[in-house]
Amino acid sequence: MKLKLNGDTAEFQDGLTVAGLLENLKIEPGRVAVEVNMEIVKKQDYQKVVVKQGDSIEIVNFVGGG
Amino acid sequence: MDDKLVIKGIEFRSRLWVGTGKYKDFEETRKAVEASGTDVVTVAVRRVNITDRKSENLLDYIDPKKYRILPNTAGCYTVEDALRYSRLAREAGISDLVKLEVIGDEKTLFPDTCGLLKATGILAKEGFIVLPYTNDDPVMARRLVDAGAAAVMPLAAPIGSGLGIRNPYNIKIILEQAKVPVIVDAGVGTASDVAIAMELGCDGVLLNTAIAGAKDPVSMAEAMKYGVLAGRLAYKAGRIARKLHAAASSPIEGML
Repeated sequence: MKLKLNGDTAEFQDGLTVAGLLENLKIEPGRVAVEVNMEIVKKQDYQKVVVKQGDSIEIVNFVGGG
Repeated sequence: MDDKLVIKGIEFRSRLWVGTGKYKDFEETRKAVEASGTDVVTVAVRRVNITDRKSENLLDYIDPKKYRILPNTAGCYTVEDALRYSRLAREAGISDLVKLEVIGDEKTLFPDTCGLLKATGILAKEGFIVLPYTNDDPVMARRLVDAGAAAVMPLAAPIGSGLGIRNPYNIKIILEQAKVPVIVDAGVGTASDVAIAMELGCDGVLLNTAIAGAKDPVSMAEAMKYGVLAGRLAYKAGRIARKLHAAASSPIEGML
């Protein structure tokens, strides 16, 4: 399936959960926030929420700022 | 010395808060933050680098167990964006604190206070501890508090300008009426600017560029620490009144 991930199109296997996607990307879930189609996914739901073809995903973390 | 800054029941060890932007590298950030003696650092919320997963993370250097992480909504020009970033920050972090920015102008980075007021009200209702970055307008400061702001953070001067407190009288009026802590945020250039803010009676100072942009950021961070301490102490000690003429310090009596 094709996803829009942080603004770019990316190809992933079907049926991935948010947790699976993060694992795939080697992203530690503790320090990020994830949006699927503009909706924030709570950390406790990462195992439950399945991402689908065409979904727009944003994964953010903290960077240096003032 | 029991003179702690408290916001919504959260006790802060330091009255100096520092940003983590614009440093040469994370190691310099770490050293400067440590030298400043702060326990609060601001951070921005941005996309994770998907392609380069080996790149290091700020929080590898700034331990969230040691420092309170204060996310900002820098770069947000609309209420909707500021809300989105605040909610993402809360999910990525561990606290309800947000340094709320709704920017109104690219050149000056002055806040859009209409949007700021609206966003403050919405986020306060959602349980956020909202610390709005605002201009030095006493009426807006009052409105923000009425809308649920936990503190107000008036600017000294435009972000990154280093001009120092351009309107100490407005800051004084904000302080006079404040029912919440007042943290001067943005625009200070050096340690004396920080001391002036504290001497006015401000509860704290938040700065970034003045340290990160200094020739020697780590030494400047230390200078800022002392600026805050000196200013706070002077404020509490109560300065003398300004007089036009001299008042001799040595007695006349006993002179030859």
